[in-house]
Amino acid sequence: MNTYLQMNHIRKSFDGNEVLRDISLTVAEGQVVSIIGPSGSGKSTLLRCATMLETMDAGDLIYLGQYAARDEGGRSVYAPPAELRRIRKDFGLVFQNFNLFPHYSVRKNITEPQMLAGRSREEAEAKAEELLRKLGLSDKADQYPCQLSGGQQQRVSIARALALEPKILFFDEPTSALDPELTAEVLRVIRELAKQHMTMIIVTHEMQFARELSDYIIFMEHGLIQAEGTPAELFATDNQRVRDFIGRFQA
Amino acid sequence: MSLLTVIGQLMSGMGMTCAIFFLTLLFSLPLGLVVALLRMHRNKVISVITRVYISIMRGTPLMLQVIVVYFAPYYVFRVQISQSYRFAAVIIAFVLNYAAYFAEIYRSGIQSVPQGQYEAAQVLGYSHSQTFLRIIVPQVWKRVLPAVTNEVVTLVKDTSLSFAIAEAEMFTIAKQISSKVASIWPLLAAGLFYYIFNLLVVLVCSRVEKHYSYYKI
Repeated sequence: MNTYLQMNHIRKSFDGNEVLRDISLTVAEGQVVSIIGPSGSGKSTLLRCATMLETMDAGDLIYLGQYAARDEGGRSVYAPPAELRRIRKDFGLVFQNFNLFPHYSVRKNITEPQMLAGRSREEAEAKAEELLRKLGLSDKADQYPCQLSGGQQQRVSIARALALEPKILFFDEPTSALDPELTAEVLRVIRELAKQHMTMIIVTHEMQFARELSDYIIFMEHGLIQAEGTPAELFATDNQRVRDFIGRFQA
Repeated sequence: MSLLTVIGQLMSGMGMTCAIFFLTLLFSLPLGLVVALLRMHRNKVISVITRVYISIMRGTPLMLQVIVVYFAPYYVFRVQISQSYRFAAVIIAFVLNYAAYFAEIYRSGIQSVPQGQYEAAQVLGYSHSQTFLRIIVPQVWKRVLPAVTNEVVTLVKDTSLSFAIAEAEMFTIAKQISSKVASIWPLLAAGLFYYIFNLLVVLVCSRVEKHYSYYKI
């Protein structure tokens, strides 16, 4: 299986405060990887480094064999902007707060990025319609984000990301801003994507969900990977800290 | 002097008032955006220079600025001032002044757009200029409309400051007539014109605001 994402020895500090210390991870085609851990453990920063919303201090970032950043003498050196723009097409990101464009209708939120990527209006609209239908949002195409519930907004933002046909989809705590009922409707969508073998990296607090869905789980704390493995391995670990953390969430 | 002739003369001044008003808006609204961008520029030198400019424009009287712009060519460069420069001087001074105010309004608007909008645009493949023009500016425009309305209302009244260099707009004319006929009525009539002008301005601005109420930020 192809390696889609590889991060080697990532380091990142904010004002001398080390948030990521030597993190490495590999994600293969079709894999679902969950990143769990307490708040402030660095998992969101890791995701932001992977999606190039933060620049790493040190380490390699490699998408499908292409270096977005290469470690040279302990410092990350990024590829030229044009190449980064190409590499960005490999992944999509779903935000905790959706970040839909409020002045655009649902349809335009999904079509405009496609058209900027070079698709015709007809192609873009057909794609938007198809995705909205799949996500049960066909009747919302002409509405504005402010008219939708949080769960619907998050599904639109998933559709917006999928419309660009990314190879990897990142989720940054996709249900943290939602109540349990709306959480369920978003998780259903992610579960459906997993069935279709979408490669996904999910930062989440939903332990049961991570266990059920993931091929691999990473437990982070204090900027380090404290434990990692298949759900079966991780949920049966004798690492007391991991047991405590998982146990608290399951209770 | 009959009431009709007074009103007739005031109306001719109203034309000049409107010209100052619309030309100032036409140039200062876009220029304000440029100034706001320079103010937020990464380059410290550019940012500081812009900040000094804004500070001077906001910290000194507009009337003084009008006079300085009008007389500077003569006092500084010993260039003979032509008659036609009077109007240009008014417009230059007003545009420079109002662009500074609009810049500060735009800046606060730009800074109030959540960081997540930039991040979403970046991840979705928008370039910097596409992000700014398609995602940020429309939202900024909606956010700043109430503050811009305030400035526009002030501008209607500020046009009267061009009497300082005797530009023949409505207030200058009202003052002349008033002293000629020794009556307060021309001034009150001028006041009424400004008031009605501003009622219209507020009406138009609230229409525009309503137009953008189809979405919430």
